[in-house]
Amino acid sequence: METVTTHSLPPDIVEFIEACKQQEHSDSYLIAVLHRIQGQFGWLSEDHMNEVAQRLQVPSATVSGVATFYHFFRLKPRGKHAVSVCLGTACFVKGADRVLSAFESELGISLGETTQDGLFSIEVSRCIGVCALAPVVTINEKTYSRVTPTQVPEMIRAEAEKG
Amino acid sequence: MASITSAYGALLEKALKEYDESGAARKVIIQVGSATCEITAGADRVRAEFDKLIIASGRDDILLKQVGCTGRCAREPVVGVFVPGQIPAKYEQVTEEKVHSIFQSHILKGQPVTELILDKKSNRLYDHLVTICSSSQCCGDKGSALEARLLKAIEAQGVPSESVGIMHSGCMGLCDSASDPDQRVMMVFPEKVIYRFKTDAELAEIVTSQLKENTILTKYVTHTDRVLEEFFKQYGDVSFFNRQTRLTLRNSGLIDPESLTDYMLKDGYKALPWILKEKTPEWVIEEVTRSGLRGRGGGGFPTGVKWKNTTLNDDPIRYVVCNADEGDPGAFMDRSALEGDPFTIIEGMTLGGYAVGAHKGFIYVRAEYPLAIERLENAIEVTRENHLLGKNILNSGFDFDLEIRLGAGAFVCGEETALLHSIEGKRGQPRIRPPYPSQSGLWGHPTMINNVETWANIAAILLFGADWYARFGTEQSKGTKVFALAGKVKNTGLVEVPMGTSLREIIFDIGGGLEEGRTLKSVQTGGPSGGCIPASKVDTPVDYEHLKALGSIMGSGGMIVLDDEDCMVATARFFVEFTQSESCGKCVPCREGTLRMLEILDKITMGQAELADLDRLERLARLVKHTSLCGLGQSAPNPVLSALENFREEFEAHITERRCPAHKCRQLLQYSVDADKCVGCTLCARRCPVSCISGERRGVHVIDADKCIKCGECFNACKFGAVLQK
Repeated sequence: METVTTHSLPPDIVEFIEACKQQEHSDSYLIAVLHRIQGQFGWLSEDHMNEVAQRLQVPSATVSGVATFYHFFRLKPRGKHAVSVCLGTACFVKGADRVLSAFESELGISLGETTQDGLFSIEVSRCIGVCALAPVVTINEKTYSRVTPTQVPEMIRAEAEKG
Repeated sequence: MASITSAYGALLEKALKEYDESGAARKVIIQVGSATCEITAGADRVRAEFDKLIIASGRDDILLKQVGCTGRCAREPVVGVFVPGQIPAKYEQVTEEKVHSIFQSHILKGQPVTELILDKKSNRLYDHLVTICSSSQCCGDKGSALEARLLKAIEAQGVPSESVGIMHSGCMGLCDSASDPDQRVMMVFPEKVIYRFKTDAELAEIVTSQLKENTILTKYVTHTDRVLEEFFKQYGDVSFFNRQTRLTLRNSGLIDPESLTDYMLKDGYKALPWILKEKTPEWVIEEVTRSGLRGRGGGGFPTGVKWKNTTLNDDPIRYVVCNADEGDPGAFMDRSALEGDPFTIIEGMTLGGYAVGAHKGFIYVRAEYPLAIERLENAIEVTRENHLLGKNILNSGFDFDLEIRLGAGAFVCGEETALLHSIEGKRGQPRIRPPYPSQSGLWGHPTMINNVETWANIAAILLFGADWYARFGTEQSKGTKVFALAGKVKNTGLVEVPMGTSLREIIFDIGGGLEEGRTLKSVQTGGPSGGCIPASKVDTPVDYEHLKALGSIMGSGGMIVLDDEDCMVATARFFVEFTQSESCGKCVPCREGTLRMLEILDKITMGQAELADLDRLERLARLVKHTSLCGLGQSAPNPVLSALENFREEFEAHITERRCPAHKCRQLLQYSVDADKCVGCTLCARRCPVSCISGERRGVHVIDADKCIKCGECFNACKFGAVLQK
């Protein structure tokens, strides 16, 4: 069996994995472990996933199978300012597709891409449950409601100013 | 060892003491709605501003509270100001600036800021406000007859007519008045009393005493259902709310969702100790069965039967699960219920655990709902500390504990077998049923899965009784249902109504209808698994059977209103694109079928289809519906099939005329310049990304249709309405 060459998970996550292993059905905590890693790093690297497989004693194939199955997990880093356009039904009906196009043309990247300077990335979400304020866009933790395409350049400028 | 009664008694005493010490009964209370959408709209800043002003004022008789969401989403943040003796005032879209005027005028001087009041058009500040029941299911048109009688009495008794406001409300839960058809009820604010009477002479007496002399006439005062009464007392003066019947969301917007005390003071944790002490698990299941409650997650399976089935197997290890994987894009009632009243979910699940002999439960919640997760975690911790969860609950000998498991963004995990796989840490793919989870679920043990909304009803059903619950709703569909009203309707938000309420009442009476100048085209219910109901069927009562007959489903309760500017082909395509990308890939009909359906729909919206494609689409949709493995695939064709049935001519227009009647499908649009309106400002030409607009400054411009990519930039840019979109 191939050994893990890089052990790079931080101690608190290693500790969490160890605690999970004491529980009944320890392999059922795989998704929770991946959530923690993504929460800290913003994405799941191959090294991290391999280390999880070894520490939690589940096959690597299972870890990558789970990580690729769920939309929430990202397998590459996103921009410093992660733009997420909601494309749920209510947002769609209120014109979220045009908001998405506005971000794409303003940033010069397509959905799923990150700008070359690593500052902005665009992704879509499937309903964050704020339907009554549609269309909504989140940039990192901040939620913008009733967004129109014309507001997009200003939103990007304001984010960029934060550095 | 202390008994259950004394353990509960000590808890309740603690809660009462805490309430008493807070002095809430005598104080001015400011309630700020604090759910995800309200925080998005700025509720946190509003609360901080009030806090500053209260400290600065030096007053100690003002209580600032956070409460869950009341569901009046489009007007958030909503702030309620409750001054003892006054009609409760609810302010809409409160900002930090508005906080100052509300505080200065209303809190300090007792003068409500009328121009900021929620739904102010229908809610001037009267001396008295009278609400009369006009629920279509009980009182109906008797409401307007009563209004006429009341107006006559007001005039005859010499009460100034401008001092009294009259509103029509939904069911106040006084339906037993049906036993005496002459009996009438009305609620009067700010006294918040309900009068029950029959004759005009009695009405005149009430009007004189209450509205003229400001004295409550106790001999006609009655009490309604305490669950409903509490909500009516706080929110009954706002038409959006008083046409609703709040059972599931009975505490949302009334209590601080992080306070066990608040929950206990609203009859929370009253059912659990009583049942642990005096009732058997069999009784609990029987009661839930008798209530007629059906699964609120969409399927509508009788809840009591599901509970019973979980006990049939003699496996000693059993689990209960709360499905909070609200994946339907356009539904947010589960989030609101979790954020507004998390304790009732925990009490309900504990009761469920007792009923089926489970000692462990899981709440499977979407990772996209951080606030709901936070409030659930808090509620679990607090209930554990107070021996309402964990080993030996309230000294009853019954053990039950809960764990939260996070989803990770997979719509298919709303399907029960996929959800179970996900809790087990696997890919969330469904499996063939039977065996049903009630026989073989988590790790092969019997598992009872119910949706958030179903769980939210349990404690109330058991406390107030199956008969009480079964009074609401229709013969086949009992109780109430929460709908997430969104799309092209004025009052977007959460709406809870008795089953059997018509779409018209929900959209027009509560939702306030559509924006000026727009007409209703269709109502989409049930999200990606549901269908599009045409405007002609808007009088249909909403319950499981009627929606199914129209080719739609109740689903989780998403309700999207579509107007004449929405294209039904594009809408159907939107849902198929969603289910296609959410298809887990396990079975061929869903994985391949939805993709091929999407391809055909793409061709139609791009104007490249032929009429025979419609038959292909329909045949394929039926195939996917009948042969898919799980609910996702079986219901994925519903939006297409219902749109084909009700709006076939719109599909045909896309194909034969290469035209989108709603001007939504970009590839079918034609842009041109109206020579009479064009002033030659050149803005459109400068905006055009492909330089297909030509014309001299101050001269009429022309669009080269062959080069146009139909991006719409010119149409949006023109300030003179000279660019035409066809």
